[in-house]
Amino acid sequence: MGDGHRYIPASDADRDAMLREIGVARIDDLFASIPAPLRLKGPLSLSPAMSEQELWAEMSRRARDDRQPDPGAQFLGGGAYRHYSPAVVDHLVSRTEFYSSYTPYQPEGSQGTLQAIFEYQTLICQLTELEISNASLYDGASALAEAVLMAERTTHGGRVVVSDRVHPEYLEVCRTYLANLDLPITTFGHRDDGSSDPEAARRALREGKASAVVVQQPNFFGCLEEIEAFAAAAREAKAQLIVAVAEPISLGLLKGPGRQGADVVVGEGHSFGVPLSYGGPYLGFIAARQSFLRNMPGRIVGETRDVDGRRGYVLTLSTREQHIRREKATSNICTNEGLCALMASIFLAVVGKNGLRDLAAHNHAKSAYARNRIAAAKGCSLPYTAPTFNEFTVRLPVPADKAVRTLLDRGMVPGIPLSRYFPGMDRDLLVCVTETNPRAEIDRLADELGRLD
Amino acid sequence: MSKGNGIYPEDLKYTKEHEWLAVNGGVGTVGITHYAQSELGDIVYVELPAAGSPVVAGEEFGTVESVKAVSEIFAPVSGEVLEVNTALATSPETINKDPYGDGWLLKLKLADSKELDALMTAAEYRKYIEEEAN
Repeated sequence: MGDGHRYIPASDADRDAMLREIGVARIDDLFASIPAPLRLKGPLSLSPAMSEQELWAEMSRRARDDRQPDPGAQFLGGGAYRHYSPAVVDHLVSRTEFYSSYTPYQPEGSQGTLQAIFEYQTLICQLTELEISNASLYDGASALAEAVLMAERTTHGGRVVVSDRVHPEYLEVCRTYLANLDLPITTFGHRDDGSSDPEAARRALREGKASAVVVQQPNFFGCLEEIEAFAAAAREAKAQLIVAVAEPISLGLLKGPGRQGADVVVGEGHSFGVPLSYGGPYLGFIAARQSFLRNMPGRIVGETRDVDGRRGYVLTLSTREQHIRREKATSNICTNEGLCALMASIFLAVVGKNGLRDLAAHNHAKSAYARNRIAAAKGCSLPYTAPTFNEFTVRLPVPADKAVRTLLDRGMVPGIPLSRYFPGMDRDLLVCVTETNPRAEIDRLADELGRLD
Repeated sequence: MSKGNGIYPEDLKYTKEHEWLAVNGGVGTVGITHYAQSELGDIVYVELPAAGSPVVAGEEFGTVESVKAVSEIFAPVSGEVLEVNTALATSPETINKDPYGDGWLLKLKLADSKELDALMTAAEYRKYIEEEAN
């Protein structure tokens, strides 16, 4: 390679040769699949050459300029939930015994990690009340897509029927996974109370064969779904019921969807001790009935005995996976979110069964308080009457995106304007309240929302 | 039907992928040969198509997984699946114990009896595996 720059080994001539080789005129063409509005249009507004020390000082100064509301004054949910994570979680996952860059293949060198994943799988089964689980997937949205693919592998319905109250980003990820498969998605509607309509699901199922019915619990608008009703509708149509759980703290209070008739439960596990981290890495989980074992995506850790009869853990049922089955594998995922799964296991172990129930009850109580306070605020109302967990929709007297900008100036993030996903829902705001929101901030939120018009 | 034990029953037809076919009227029963099961070793899982689905001669219709390997199973002839040996779901080792009897995989409604001509007789198959072994 050339001699253009001390730290960048490729010279202009090298780059031109590489571009010619792959048949691309400019480097920018390689980024053509990224939508233009998301691409940087000019250089970063930094001096062309700063010393490391100057750059550090400059970026620290700019970070101080960013608006950083008090964490207690943020009411964002919509798939990413702020929860307190005990210090022990961070401490234990930072130990070098666990801090590995890749998933463990070799049982002789990785018993600790394998046992931790096995325990994670056990916890996910207990929470969802299903029989099997895997070593984790990328995130809640891709876990849902994997569940849909698994339903099609086992049922061959050729179609998926999805509630219009499922997280729109989960649906978008599913559409991406299914884009080149002959597997269309039919959406069905909801009732006036904000929950998905089982009769609408039945109508959609009667339009033709389907592999699965998908609902989210609690749904994207915060409302609780009648899982049993959807399980019955799915059974009548010989389809599977997939339940997506974006906020798994809710499982501390709600029945496990498996017990309510779900065949597969997927979800986002970051609420269990994994920081928000600006969107990731997160933790996708999947649990299913025993009969799906051979069709599960991803890694599975199993318990076994060594030659001396001692308990040990191994990656098992690998014939489902890409490194053995190539194009016939159940999924193209060949890894898991090992460290995030470990954080979830530690979180759940520390919080405990009663602790998770208390935490869920705390979330629900605070959210119910906020819901009542905001419903009584001037000009505000609740468009939906269905029961909620820690998230709910509020109808404001003004456009919600405008309200968010107004409250941001007062040091608050009141929620997510739903017009971002659903054109026409201009005045609807999705508000989430967790154990991290003090009562004083909830009161202040209600007061501020009551002053909007 | 005769039991396995290393023999290749004269009344069966054989494929190069080591499936056997027994024809009775318009119905064919399909399994894997004694040679196939012994090469695979202990069979732990079988995946078969649903009754009613079509299969095409020479194309795969399922998989057999042993402790050593995963192998595709190919249809000896074309037709529609009439019945699947559901007992294999819980006791796949039956294929090892009795490949020509209780270890059968599925029954097919034959689409074209002329396809039978392309299959091997027991003598031809015996010669074929001897050559393959060398």
